[in-house]
Amino acid sequence: MSAPGASVPVTVGRPGRWRVVTVAGARWETPRARTLRLDLGEEFAFLAGQHLLLRLTAPDGYTAQRSYSIASAPAGSAFVELTVERLPGGEVSEFLCDEVVVGDTLEVRGPIGRWFVWDAEEPFVGVAGGSGTVPLMAMLRQARAAGRPELARLLVSARRPEDLYYADELPGPESTVVWTREAPPGSARAPGRLRAADLAPLFDGGQERTVFVCGSPSFCDAVTDVLAELGVPASRVRVERFGPSR
Amino acid sequence: MHVTRGFTGHGRAARDPRLPPGQYDAHDDWPVLNAEPTPRLRTDRWTFTVEGLVENETTWTWDEFRALPASRYDGDIHCVTSWSKLGMTFTGVSVDLLLEAAVPDPAAAFVTAVSRTGYTTNLPLADVRYGKAWVVWEAQGRELTPQHGGPARLLVPHLYFWKSAKWVSGLRLTAEDEQGFWERNGYHDRGDPWREQRYQGDD
Repeated sequence: MSAPGASVPVTVGRPGRWRVVTVAGARWETPRARTLRLDLGEEFAFLAGQHLLLRLTAPDGYTAQRSYSIASAPAGSAFVELTVERLPGGEVSEFLCDEVVVGDTLEVRGPIGRWFVWDAEEPFVGVAGGSGTVPLMAMLRQARAAGRPELARLLVSARRPEDLYYADELPGPESTVVWTREAPPGSARAPGRLRAADLAPLFDGGQERTVFVCGSPSFCDAVTDVLAELGVPASRVRVERFGPSR
Repeated sequence: MHVTRGFTGHGRAARDPRLPPGQYDAHDDWPVLNAEPTPRLRTDRWTFTVEGLVENETTWTWDEFRALPASRYDGDIHCVTSWSKLGMTFTGVSVDLLLEAAVPDPAAAFVTAVSRTGYTTNLPLADVRYGKAWVVWEAQGRELTPQHGGPARLLVPHLYFWKSAKWVSGLRLTAEDEQGFWERNGYHDRGDPWREQRYQGDD
């Protein structure tokens, strides 16, 4: 048997060393998720879908580190954006959401990941749930910035309107939002879990597209079960499961 | 050392000495991380094969496998994405028993664990011998679920958990180290959590 990903032609993305970066901006995406804009001080090459390790150090040397997906598109600049979901009691996510201010410095290492990445050329389908929207947003933003939005087809699942990340950019011509608990007034679709009927249109004339699925483990399992039902070969599907990152 | 302004690490009062550097205790969560859809495997078609540089290539059916003497691992597991779970219990068969049946060739120095999905991971043979590795079908006293690699997964708890291949279908012994899936994608060939061997080039 051949292993999946054996031929992924990806050369960018050595994790490299820890580096000190400056928080250049911060904004709340939702009441529970904050985007940090980081200035890495020099041009930073990465691929949409990759993540950074982020490390916090206390005065006595105690450290805590977590992985955060990059939300911004590769742009040949020194800036990247991470979106952090605030998990109550999480020593890193609470600190990043509640304590960090513009001008603070943090340590990061990366970019990391060569599997759940988009090469910026092949048409793709993305299916995202909750905080799983982050790496797929990097892909969508890159496609839009390149003037090739038709390469992307994105479906985002959110519980209710106040939980949607990047609400001023979603939905769009190439992206739809499915509400699972509560839909905004006037929505044609009643709130409810993702079904085959939600995913099928993504594959109209696009059976050959690589499919990126990102979200909680239960979300990913539900989506990949539906993909199997729709006849999408498992070899075309790349899954990134987000565990709780406290 | 770069001190983060304002960070004291309020979670560390509970920090356990069993946690390797850079890891945190996932407590009741058991995050699931795999790169592919979860396969639903039937035990009536399940087999496990030890092959490659062995004198006696051996294949077990599910029933034959489950008839082997079982043993337990009580201890910790560590995922490269920074979570650890402490005090886990797994039940399965020691890899030593499987190798004993297949009789490794003296030239065998590495092993590739192969999964039903095509996933592979490479390990030094020494890391799966002498009571360090199991093929397990039970976790925390319950049947291993498909999400966690059921019906059976490899368990190599002293290395980062991507080495503990889910849905494992066999071991292939080789003379040379042949990189597996994550290793080709930038992760470390050995993956010792106590030395933080996360990525190629670490350590």
